[in-house]
Amino acid sequence: MTNPLKPSERMKIPRQHSIEQTAEDRIKNFFEVSFGLNEELALIEAKRCLECKNPVCIEGCPVRIDIPGFIKLILEKDYVGAVNKIREANYLPAICGRVCPQEDQCEIVCLLGKKHEPVAIGKLERFVADYEMANNLFETPVITNHIDKKVAVVGSGPAGLTCAAELAKMGYKVTIFEALHSTGGVLRYGIPEFRLPKKILDIEVDRIKKLGVEIYTNFVVGRTATLDELLDEWGFDAVFLGTGAGTPNFMGIPGENLSGVYSANEFLTRVNFMRAYAFPETDTPIKIGKQIAVIGGGNTAMDAVRTAKRLGAEKAYLIYRRSRTEMPARVEEVMHAEEEGIEFLMLTNPIRIIGDDFNWVKAIECQKMELGEPDESGRRKPVPVQGSEFILEVQTVIEAIGQKPNPIIQATTPGLDVSKKGTVVVDDVQRTSRPNVFAGGDLTRGGATVILAMRDGKIAAEEIHKYLQSVEAKKESATVNK
Amino acid sequence: MYKIVEKQQLSDIITKLVIEAPLIAKKRKAGNFVIIRVDENGERIPITIADSDPQKGTVTIIVQAVGKTTKLLCSLNKGDYVLDFVGPLGEPTPIHNYGTVVCIGGGVGTAEVYPIAKALKEAGNNVIGIVGARTKNLIILEDEMRAICNELYITTDDGSYGRKGFVSDQLQDLINSGIKIDAVYAIGPIPMMKVCANVTRPYKIKTYVSLNPIMVDGTGMCGGCRVTVGGKMKFACVDGPEFDAHEVDFDELIMRNRTYVDLEKISDELYEKHVCKLEGVK
Ligand SMILES: Cc1cc2nc3c(=O)[nH]c(=O)nc-3n(C[C@H](O)[C@H](O)[C@H](O)COP(=O)(O)OP(=O)(O)OC[C@H]3O[C@@H](n4cnc5c(N)ncnc54)[C@H](O)[C@@H]3O)c2cc1C
Ligand SMILES: Cc1cc2nc3c(=O)[nH]c(=O)nc-3n(C[C@H](O)[C@H](O)[C@H](O)COP(=O)(O)OP(=O)(O)OC[C@H]3O[C@@H](n4cnc5c(N)ncnc54)[C@H](O)[C@@H]3O)c2cc1C
Ligand code: SF4
Ligand code: SF4
Ligand code: FES
Repeated sequence: MTNPLKPSERMKIPRQHSIEQTAEDRIKNFFEVSFGLNEELALIEAKRCLECKNPVCIEGCPVRIDIPGFIKLILEKDYVGAVNKIREANYLPAICGRVCPQEDQCEIVCLLGKKHEPVAIGKLERFVADYEMANNLFETPVITNHIDKKVAVVGSGPAGLTCAAELAKMGYKVTIFEALHSTGGVLRYGIPEFRLPKKILDIEVDRIKKLGVEIYTNFVVGRTATLDELLDEWGFDAVFLGTGAGTPNFMGIPGENLSGVYSANEFLTRVNFMRAYAFPETDTPIKIGKQIAVIGGGNTAMDAVRTAKRLGAEKAYLIYRRSRTEMPARVEEVMHAEEEGIEFLMLTNPIRIIGDDFNWVKAIECQKMELGEPDESGRRKPVPVQGSEFILEVQTVIEAIGQKPNPIIQATTPGLDVSKKGTVVVDDVQRTSRPNVFAGGDLTRGGATVILAMRDGKIAAEEIHKYLQSVEAKKESATVNK
Repeated sequence: MYKIVEKQQLSDIITKLVIEAPLIAKKRKAGNFVIIRVDENGERIPITIADSDPQKGTVTIIVQAVGKTTKLLCSLNKGDYVLDFVGPLGEPTPIHNYGTVVCIGGGVGTAEVYPIAKALKEAGNNVIGIVGARTKNLIILEDEMRAICNELYITTDDGSYGRKGFVSDQLQDLINSGIKIDAVYAIGPIPMMKVCANVTRPYKIKTYVSLNPIMVDGTGMCGGCRVTVGGKMKFACVDGPEFDAHEVDFDELIMRNRTYVDLEKISDELYEKHVCKLEGVK
């Protein structure tokens, strides 16, 4: 079925919105905020797509999903066909449909968005992926081609999972090595349940296992075995590094080592990964004050502050030194946070954390900022307003001011080029300075997005394939020439 | 899943477990630790690798039951499994031939200093051991330490065995006796390490301690294990756990380790109740 509506009619349809838990309800639970589009809404939304001759939306998607192609299949009610179309380019559609910053990627360039609101591409992606999951319609691709080569993938975040899936589909023997006791990287320990249910991640990981990918958890490459040992002793022919940027930065202000000060990573890991919200049924504790402050303006900050609210904080402040428009967090998340009663203190910079006699946080001292000249990033640089210091009473402070790559592998792998920022240096096809070592995701970008990590994993898989084929070809020509 | 192949009670509250973990057994060096999670709802806790047997593929840990997780771990038996066991973590101890090294273990800290003392001995040092505890039956690894130390001193707080007093008193005596000490390793409760650091400071004897902040991942990902050393923030799990004792802010560490005392108590009480119930059933 093709779209029966004329473009002018399509443009008249308003953008459809997800069904959501009310703010009042959702701050009392950890269930998903958004239920997505139902079939009826998805069908209306799909009708809005103009089926452009030159679909610029595809250019906006880092993994180049055939967007009009899958939307057309939705119109035909072939939802499984649609999700399979997406899966040609993206093996984790249920995840991307939820957390991908679509508003800055595919949707920002959507032609319909020029005059009207763009097509809700991400929500449609989520709809078909959820439909397939709910109705148990996924079929594991049959791998017919088997290549007798072993690839090690280090880290099971979106970069590693994608690289592993792509290589397995090509027929390689793939093993993932993960330092933590469970897979998913930030998808599991960082992004909270209310944005990405762990059940969905489990299903996606399980599908990757079904492709024949082996997963070792509790394996820290650089400690349990070095990268060179994987190549020389374990017999891997190539390695993909997707170890992310998991080491938290701290501001370096006085009082940071008081009890009650957390990095967002520790806070979210305790709550999401170790399930501290269920303490004492689970053993990992977390402490949260009546008043809490989160420092930062990214997705991590937003997740931390909303998590704190759900754990019972009566006042949850978000302190950010620039203004609202400069906040790197996803618009949808900022909106959700606002609805949940998070108090935004913009153009505010913490200068000191103050402790009580028991070394617990009792307050944070901040300073007002104003926007000055643009800096290297093009954003206007915040400068302190003299005499604007004020004290905010809080018992918990969570710092979400960015992360850098964990240095273990870089420090234990000779010949691997690393930048000053600690990221592994790669070329435009994810090759590192070592011929059989490839890398991508936050490890090479230093804190980016799920979809960019996936893009890197996918390109690396193609490049690893090329590399291993050329090694094979060289071997063959060497024997022929003998 | 990692199998417990041997269990031995070293004292009422200290248990030795030998666990099957061939990769870790092969790679580990003195000073390394593992992170253990006993079961699905369990906490991740760090425990030093006391010894290993690369041939058998086993790792030895020595655990003092102080709270829920360590009690649970100590209650496991030969043939049981722990769910997660990851390592070897931390920077290994740099082993040099210093000359004469004093290796001090306080309480369960003896289990942590033992592998270091052993490695230092193998590197040709003259190793003087001091093992201390509150009372006689808490002294562990005496025979093992005696076997590798050139001299071994025992201290107990109550005088029930060896010299009455603290390990630091014995250290002070050694210094006073005029022998040349080139380095000191002191591992045990934080106050003990702090006092040992204070003893050696005036003599400028290089002193190392192994810090035990609260950890979660043990791989540098959470920053929960941060300690202040020489005025700088360090992550004990990747930068340590060993640090120059004269640079460590011990008071801060003591405070930070108290963060969850009330919650740990709840967890512990629930566990005790559960154990009582089980015993009632028996
Ligand atoms: C709280 C939070 C919220 C976010 N929200 C969003 C969002 O809404 N949308 C979005 O697009 N992006 C979001 N991001 C960013 C996004 O999650 C990351 O860009 C993405 O996860 C990077 O993927 P990765 O595979 O490179 O690394 P990671 O997801 O970090 O995974 C790396 C994995 O490697 C493992 N590892 C590390 N070292 C070793 C080692 N030596 N040996 C073995 N394994 C190792 C780690 O344990 C981890 O599991 C968020 C990030 C955070 C922290
Ligand atoms: C590098 C390192 C090596 C260690 N080696 C040994 C060892 O060889 N043998 C041994 O018996 N103990 C060792 N410990 C201490 C051991 O980790 C703690 O005793 C244990 O975590 C306590 O947990 P619990 O639930 O039994 O007690 P809890 O009641 O939870 O805690 C008791 C005290 O232990 C500390 N603690 C609690 N949770 C943690 C945690 N996740 N990580 C670290 N400390 C915590 C706190 O100071 C707390 O007040 C080591 C600690 C570190 C950091
Ligand atoms: S993966 Fe992200 S960018 Fe690509 S189509 Fe889906 S939502 Fe858009
Ligand atoms: S740009 Fe927008 S309207 Fe055009 S094909 Fe893509 S999604 Fe449809
Ligand atoms: S334990 Fe998490 S960074 Fe050290």
